[in-house]
Order: sequence, then structure tokens, then C-alpha cells
Amino acid sequence: MWRDNLRGIFYIALKDIKTYYLKPPAISWGIVFPITWILAFYLRNPGDFKELVPGLIAMTILFSTTSAEAVVINFELRLGTLERLLLVPISIGGIFLGKVLGGVIFGFFMTTVVTIVSVVVLKLHPNILYLILIILPSLFVFSSFGALLCVMVKEVFEAQTLLNLPRFLMIFLSGVIYPVSKMPCALQYFAYILPLTYTVDGLRKSFLISPDKSVFSYTLMLVGFFFLFIFPAEKLLSKKFE
Amino acid sequence: MNKDIIIQVSNLTKRYGDILAVDHISFEVKEGEVFGFLGPNGAGKTSTIRMLTGLSKPTEGNAFIFGLDINSQILQIKKYIGVVPEISNLYDELSAMDNLMFMAQLYGVPRKERRQRAEELLRIFKLYERKNSPFRTFSRGMKRALTIAAALIHSPKILFLDEPTVGLDVVAARSLRNLISNLRHQGITIFLTTHYLEEADLLCDRVAILVKGRILVIDTPLNLKRKTDKKTLEDAFMKITGLEPEILAIEKGK
Repeated sequence: MWRDNLRGIFYIALKDIKTYYLKPPAISWGIVFPITWILAFYLRNPGDFKELVPGLIAMTILFSTTSAEAVVINFELRLGTLERLLLVPISIGGIFLGKVLGGVIFGFFMTTVVTIVSVVVLKLHPNILYLILIILPSLFVFSSFGALLCVMVKEVFEAQTLLNLPRFLMIFLSGVIYPVSKMPCALQYFAYILPLTYTVDGLRKSFLISPDKSVFSYTLMLVGFFFLFIFPAEKLLSKKFE
Repeated sequence: MNKDIIIQVSNLTKRYGDILAVDHISFEVKEGEVFGFLGPNGAGKTSTIRMLTGLSKPTEGNAFIFGLDINSQILQIKKYIGVVPEISNLYDELSAMDNLMFMAQLYGVPRKERRQRAEELLRIFKLYERKNSPFRTFSRGMKRALTIAAALIHSPKILFLDEPTVGLDVVAARSLRNLISNLRHQGITIFLTTHYLEEADLLCDRVAILVKGRILVIDTPLNLKRKTDKKTLEDAFMKITGLEPEILAIEKGK
């Protein structure tokens, strides 16, 4: 059975990338949007652009993984194509993971492009292992986070609206632009219940000359967030078909 | 269990809150037959198909398909069944060929056979010339045909058809009925729900008449007509379901 599930996860992800992600709206949300935001902040307050790179990568992860999630889930629910997937010999968890993996692969591609261009152009020397330890779980976290919010509502527009609130909240409170350590104490506590804070902090540490080993604990936190999002999302999806 | 029986349903029940959609139904389907599930709207036909195909869980009761339990072995069962839902729900953006290839991938059809099988089905369903056209550009009849083709991609032993000719014009409906008839000759067991009684009369070996979630009778169309002393299955259905007086009253009112 696990072989059927693995095969299903792979082909569902592949189909979603082809059908939804490699389209102008997803690409613009995934890459143009984070770059525009970062440039806007940089022009408003010019300084060392290198300091904004972890935030840029984090935003690319966040927006690329969630860019087409609403369409992938809610649109397919409405058309009945998601229900069609339930007729094949793959568990509902497998189908859901396939949907999440589509976002992960697309996000990985986008994030890799942004990271390589940033590293080459700005002559940065990140710790590659640490980068992988932060980027990979983050891709899974935000793709499953998008999926969770999408299954909580019925329509594509509702999902897009619902997704925007935490996305923008995280941009301002997770240290993407403004360091968490300089925030008021209460907001600092709040920041550490947001997954993007671990992504941004972890990425900052990956770009330090002498990287900090606390990156490993961030990886664990991110894995925890992934499970926190994926299980209820799968349960909610199962309920929808009842 | 009798060797010929491939679907065995006992006391199958589905409740949605206070609504009892399927009420303790029991029946058997034999290998190679076309079994019709007839009933007015809201009789519980689709709810039954959804339970048998794993789309929803029974509230009570059980069913075995090829001796496998729908409550605990549904993923194994899905390998042997093909399902054509009431709505043609393939991917609008994908071409006819891509839709079939995607289904073949999900069902684990061996890589070498996928394209060959998809092309064969497109030819059978007379869609080969449009193999590269997106699903959304198809007429309703063509969409229905491709949805059936997608359900057959893994060569299932049982085909569940939920209202296959709903919304089709006369020509498309007739062509689809011929296709169903051909599938039966290939030895595929067909479980069909419909409220077109003429269609059931033409296609089905046996029919079950379902009203308000309960099976009233199971028999061959010929026996039902004989027992009710009616010439058509539609008249027999009206008599069995008790709808005949209502129809007579409407006709008198004319």
C-alpha cells in the first residue's frame, strides 16, 4: 500500500506543478512579490542589502509554497476533481501530501533561484548544510499551513483572503524586516509562536561567519509545526467528503 | 459466499444528521451482470454508490466486494473497481490523453502499457482525433465518454456508473448505452444507478427499486413487469413505489 501512496503523492504533485504552479499568477506571487517587498523596504530605509537576504528567502518560501494552494485545494473541491482522486487506491493522507508536495517542489525551485542569485550577486558565504536544514522543513511547514487554511473554508477567494492575514502578519512580526529582538517584549513572545520567525532566524544564522548550532533546534521546531498543520488539515479534508 | 457473487451488501445504512439516506439495505450482485439501482431523486442511490466506492463511510452495516470489506480494505477494493460519478470530473486544463495518462499513473498501470491503453480507450470511445484537446472544450457527451474511459484505464472488474446518461442528448445517450452494453459483453460487472427506467429496462439483468433509502424489490425487469401486469418497467416502477395513484390524479386533472 505504501508504494501506491508514494506513487500517488509523486504524480499528484507533478500534475499540480504542471497545471497550477507553472502559471504566471503563481510565479508572480512566489518570486516577484517578495522581491518587490524587499526592494520597497530597502529603498525606504537603505542600508546593507545583505541583511535583508534571509528575509527575502523566507518570504520567497512563504509566498511560493502558498501561492496556488487555494486553487489546488478549493477549486478542485468545487469542480469535483479532488473527489475523483479519492476513487483511486491512494489514502486521503497520500492525496493530501501530494497536494502539499506540489507547493514544496515549486517553492524549492523558487527559493533555490532566489538564494543562488543572492549568494552570487552579493558574494555571500552561507553554511549550505544549515541553509538546507532550515529551507527544507520550512517549505513543508508553509505548504501544509496553506493547505490547512484552505480546507477551513469553501471558496478560493475565501482561502486567499484567509491566507493573506497570517502571511502579512508574519512578514511584520517574524523578523523579516524588523529584528524580533528590537520589538516590544509581548510581541517578541508572539513572534516565537509564528513559524516564519524560526525560518528567518535560522536563515540569519546560516549566513553568519561562524554559524550558530541552534539552527538544529529551529529545524526541530519547524518539523513540529509541519505536524501541527498537516494532521488537522487532513482530518478537515476527510470531514468535507462526509 | 457464492463464488459468482462479487458484491455482497448487508444492512448498509447511511445517516446524515437526522436524515436517513440509506436504511439497512441488503443485496448481492453477481459477476458479469448489469445491476440497476433505480429510484426517484433522494432515494439513496448515490449515497449507496459513495459507500461502496469508499467516498463515504457507512453509518451501520457492511459490504464486501470480492470478499474484501469496504470498512477496512477499501484501498485494495479500489484497484478492482472503476467509478463514473454523476458529474464528469476530469481536469479541465488537461487534454484527453493527459487526463487518461494521469489516471493510469495513479492506478499504477505499468509505464509501458499506459499510452497504449489510453490510445485504445480513446479509439473505443471515438475521441482519438481529439486526444490533444483540453477536457473543457469537449461537449457534454464527449466529457461523459472520457470520464468512462478514465474509469476503465486500469481494466477494472466492476464499473460503477452513477446516472451515466443524465443531461445527454438522445444520440449521445444512445451511443453511451451501446458502449455500456459492449462493456458488459467484455465481462465487466456493471453497477448502474439511473432514474431513466427505459434505460434500465434495456441494459439491466436485474434491478433493485429503492425508495426513501429502502429496497422495495429486486428482480429482473421482465419479472417486475409480469408481477405487476404492466407493459413497461416505468409502469411497473410506478405501481411498486406507490406513485401510480399520484400520476393518475395528475392525468385526471388534465
